[in-house]
Amino acid sequence: MSAVDVIGTVTIGFAAGVTSGLLGVGGGILFVPALVIFMDESQLGAESTSLVAIVIVSIVGTWRQRGYGNVRLRDALMIGGLSPLGVLAGAVLANAVPERALELSFAAVQLYFAFTLARDQGLFRRGSTR
Amino acid sequence: MPAMSSRLGRLAVIATAAGAFSALFGVGGGTIIVALLVIWLGYEHREAMGTSLAAIVLIAALAAVTQGLYGNVDIAKGAVIGVPAVAGVVAGTALQQRISQRAVALMFMVLLLVSATVLIVR
Repeated sequence: MSAVDVIGTVTIGFAAGVTSGLLGVGGGILFVPALVIFMDESQLGAESTSLVAIVIVSIVGTWRQRGYGNVRLRDALMIGGLSPLGVLAGAVLANAVPERALELSFAAVQLYFAFTLARDQGLFRRGSTR
Repeated sequence: MPAMSSRLGRLAVIATAAGAFSALFGVGGGTIIVALLVIWLGYEHREAMGTSLAAIVLIAALAAVTQGLYGNVDIAKGAVIGVPAVAGVVAGTALQQRISQRAVALMFMVLLLVSATVLIVR
């Protein structure tokens, strides 16, 4: 690894951790490109390898959030425990629907969520002071 | 608060959506979990995010084992980038307790927009 790769790995790895802790996500959105750019992984390899980092940060993040009183453990176990259903559904979808259509539909879902949350925050209300 | 059975059904839908999203694109399960816990189950943002992280431990661990069996996981590289990330997650969770719920919500919206953009342009 060159100095640039080391600095890039540390910086983006740290940023991925901050994103994970701050916003409750795994951080794959940063881990995956960092592994591709700085550690010579293929896109597919990076997606798999990023899981190791995601397991590490989510364990530490859960431990911290437990301390802050922000974890509803029973619901979390339910979601995690039933997630293999989704993996199966994903495999079925991947075979039935073109990848581009899947990407665009999931993007649309995220945009819809962003819109809904923005509305709930009153962002579209004129003169909102909240 | 929805009735118990519908609540269970909603958790199952969240689990399925998150698992599918992660399996298909390698990223993104967390955004789905957080958004649906807030929109659908009335969680406040910090709780949704803390609970999402705990669910991700299981989701990512199961996926890592599966991908590991196919020989797709480079544990050393994953651990190397995971080390600075541990410092990051401690800082991130601490920061989250010190800013307003609204600021957290706004940043999460930005993440949703970025994540959607990444899916669209790739």
